[in-house]
Amino acid sequence: MLRFTLRRILQVIPTVVVVALLIFVIFSVVPGTFAASLFADGKRAADPQMIARLNEEFGLNKPLVERFVTYVTDLARFDLGTSFRTRQPVIDLINDRMWASLQLAIAAMVFALVVGVPLGFLAALRPGSVLDTVTMVGAVSGLSMPQFWLGLLLMYLFALQLNWLPSFGYGDGSFRNLILPAVTLGVTPLALLARTTRAGVLDVLNADFIRTAHSKGMSEVKVVRWHVARNALVLIVTTVGLQFGSLIGQAVVIEKLFAWPGIGSLLVDSVAIRDIPVVQGTILVIVLWFLVINTAVDLIYAAIDPRIKQE
Amino acid sequence: MLKRLTLAAMLGLGVATGALAAGERSGGTLVFTAPYGSSFATLDVQASPNTQEEFITQAIHRALYSWDSIQNKPVLELADSEEVSEDGTTHTYHLRKNAVFHNGKPLTADDIVYSYKRIANPKNAFPGASFIANINGADDYIAGKAEEISGLKKIDDNTLEITYTGPINPGFPLMQNTTVIYPSNVEDESSFGKNPVGLGAFVFKEHVPGSQVVVEKFDKYYEEGKPYLDRINIVLMAEDAARDVAFRNKEIDASILGPTQYQAYQGEEGLKDHLLEVAEVYTRNIGFNPAFEPFKDKRVRQAINYAINSPLIIERLVKNKAYPASGWLPISSPAFDKDKAPYAFDPEKAKALLAEAGYADGFEFEVTASPNESWGVPIVEAILPMLKKVGITVKPKPVESSALGEAVTTNNFQAFIWSNLSGPDPLNALRCYHSRTAQSACNYTSYASPEFDKLYDAAVQERDPAKQNDLLRQANNIVQDDAPVWFFNYNKAVMAYQPWIHGLVPNANELAVQPYDEIWIDETAPDSRK
Repeated sequence: MLRFTLRRILQVIPTVVVVALLIFVIFSVVPGTFAASLFADGKRAADPQMIARLNEEFGLNKPLVERFVTYVTDLARFDLGTSFRTRQPVIDLINDRMWASLQLAIAAMVFALVVGVPLGFLAALRPGSVLDTVTMVGAVSGLSMPQFWLGLLLMYLFALQLNWLPSFGYGDGSFRNLILPAVTLGVTPLALLARTTRAGVLDVLNADFIRTAHSKGMSEVKVVRWHVARNALVLIVTTVGLQFGSLIGQAVVIEKLFAWPGIGSLLVDSVAIRDIPVVQGTILVIVLWFLVINTAVDLIYAAIDPRIKQE
Repeated sequence: MLKRLTLAAMLGLGVATGALAAGERSGGTLVFTAPYGSSFATLDVQASPNTQEEFITQAIHRALYSWDSIQNKPVLELADSEEVSEDGTTHTYHLRKNAVFHNGKPLTADDIVYSYKRIANPKNAFPGASFIANINGADDYIAGKAEEISGLKKIDDNTLEITYTGPINPGFPLMQNTTVIYPSNVEDESSFGKNPVGLGAFVFKEHVPGSQVVVEKFDKYYEEGKPYLDRINIVLMAEDAARDVAFRNKEIDASILGPTQYQAYQGEEGLKDHLLEVAEVYTRNIGFNPAFEPFKDKRVRQAINYAINSPLIIERLVKNKAYPASGWLPISSPAFDKDKAPYAFDPEKAKALLAEAGYADGFEFEVTASPNESWGVPIVEAILPMLKKVGITVKPKPVESSALGEAVTTNNFQAFIWSNLSGPDPLNALRCYHSRTAQSACNYTSYASPEFDKLYDAAVQERDPAKQNDLLRQANNIVQDDAPVWFFNYNKAVMAYQPWIHGLVPNANELAVQPYDEIWIDETAPDSRK
């Protein structure tokens, strides 16, 4: 198990390096610079001297290769650089936002798990029933509904019409502010979880060993608890892992809509103004988050089903 | 008070909220939106030229001058009076004796000298350095060739002498948020980015990055009886749709409207009576590059102005949230020529001009455009069929907004569509058409006219404001006739506000930026605000 764990962790390193290089190359070739973005809204005239001063300060007037070497050297020292816009270390900006992003991702995932898995399970145990049909129609709707639109809908209903919840913002970090963005973000993983749980459970229910268990006179409750749940768990863990990993990236739209101060909105703002160190740092953190979750999922698999680590 | 209202202020339908407010009431919380992004770049406002940071600046800081939205001009802020030398270059400021920083330090001339040196410090590369460059010796200081700015002279603690490079109105450059005054007794300058200290009516309380800045009433503010509010939550809300829901839900007190919302709010009871409108000092335009052969001919540029039905686009696409442009200087500019008519919509005249210029069969050109709904790709798509009728084929070239700025300043375009600052200072706005102004600065269309230069140079030297404005008006009309751009419109900025809010003003520079110390809320406000 230790070797397997180490191997998985070591695999993360080349992935991070490749992603870091890709980000550098992409943002070196896209048009637009930070200095140009300062007057992009036309609210002030361009100032060539200021542009020159800023480009010099941030090393943007240096050759690409030299910038690349600096970037890689800094990265090797775990230094994500300094933001062009705020002139603060990128790591500080990410730290400021990370907790809000984690809160949102965890709340969304908990919502998806608590609602999605039981629904999928119940639907599979009663295939063709009204509950099954409603759950599956709901799941397809949840998957196909654009998050932005869903968010607005929830805002309209729960904030404007019912006046139960605040429509935006972090407030003082209270749970009430978290509910609407978390539900909006959690609907897609909820729908996926309901569908995969149903499929996984149905698959197990039709397996030979379940028939054997039934024929041996094992009660329905015991069959579900000992055989069905454990076997369906691998599929559920996979879905949870993939969804949880990508939630922080997916949260960009939700964060913008609900004025939620996570790293997603930091990324969008930074791309728009070409604050490249922040863009690079934020993407790296999101990728790293995805990889860590995936690795954790692999390790959990191995714990649930020992056959996996031998593969 | 009404007599003082300028043309710009008169255009604001909701102006009465600001000008005629009475029965001011103290206390309460204002929830104000910063609508242009999801974060503040920094709380060190000298380091950031963005509108987003102006929302904090208005609460926490003060500059030597400030913008008076009712008089539509810069006024003295941190000095009780100023004396100007005969040649107009040396100003002696008698500073307020009752102005105190939030850290308890009284304002002195040293603080202004310190602040201007900090802004101009070449190591800082601050955007406000160009505003300080109007002070004698600042150029040498910015270039690292001098230890002091020779034009800054402290007479005593409360008297400061500033010598400028010419007889300019220093109010315009020295009212900017990047030229605010910081206390000179703070040891670690980097603390300004996290814990700002200013002279404003409100003290910094809290910053939740990406969410809001909270400020509270400063008891030692120099304006007696002000501010009225106890607290302001300046919340970040970049999304129009989310702002709309929050405003209707009474969670926020003011909301900047886009064209679609403007149309919707005008038709709704309870909303339509609380809209504040102003002609902002921006001119939307399509700039023509004279390096592209057809645009070398003035008749071609004029033909395009005649061929496009601007009022129709303003009505249908911009939902009347704009005023047709009759030249470069906008309605709120003191040098605006109200007698000058916009180019008429006249396709036949356009065809005749094109034929005269040798383009009877038309030509094709590309317009570099951002996705902006009011001055981007949608507008280019709207002019396509109009220009097609006179034989010209237009192709939009979509780019992101920061790429637009780069393309234009590096001469990498045939034509571009943009919204550009055209006020409030007409002298500064028209500088962009002087032949000595580089294209990479703001002469984006490489305009050069000896006749214009002559009028402009005379205006620079003219000290009588009325005569100066007259010269600038004539210069502006030369630009209109030469048509280096398609004159589209001047922005009409619209803000919706809750009925319990008073003291908002029609700020032609940027309507979303309001003087918080003037704002008060009445007893009809919800409990969360009282």
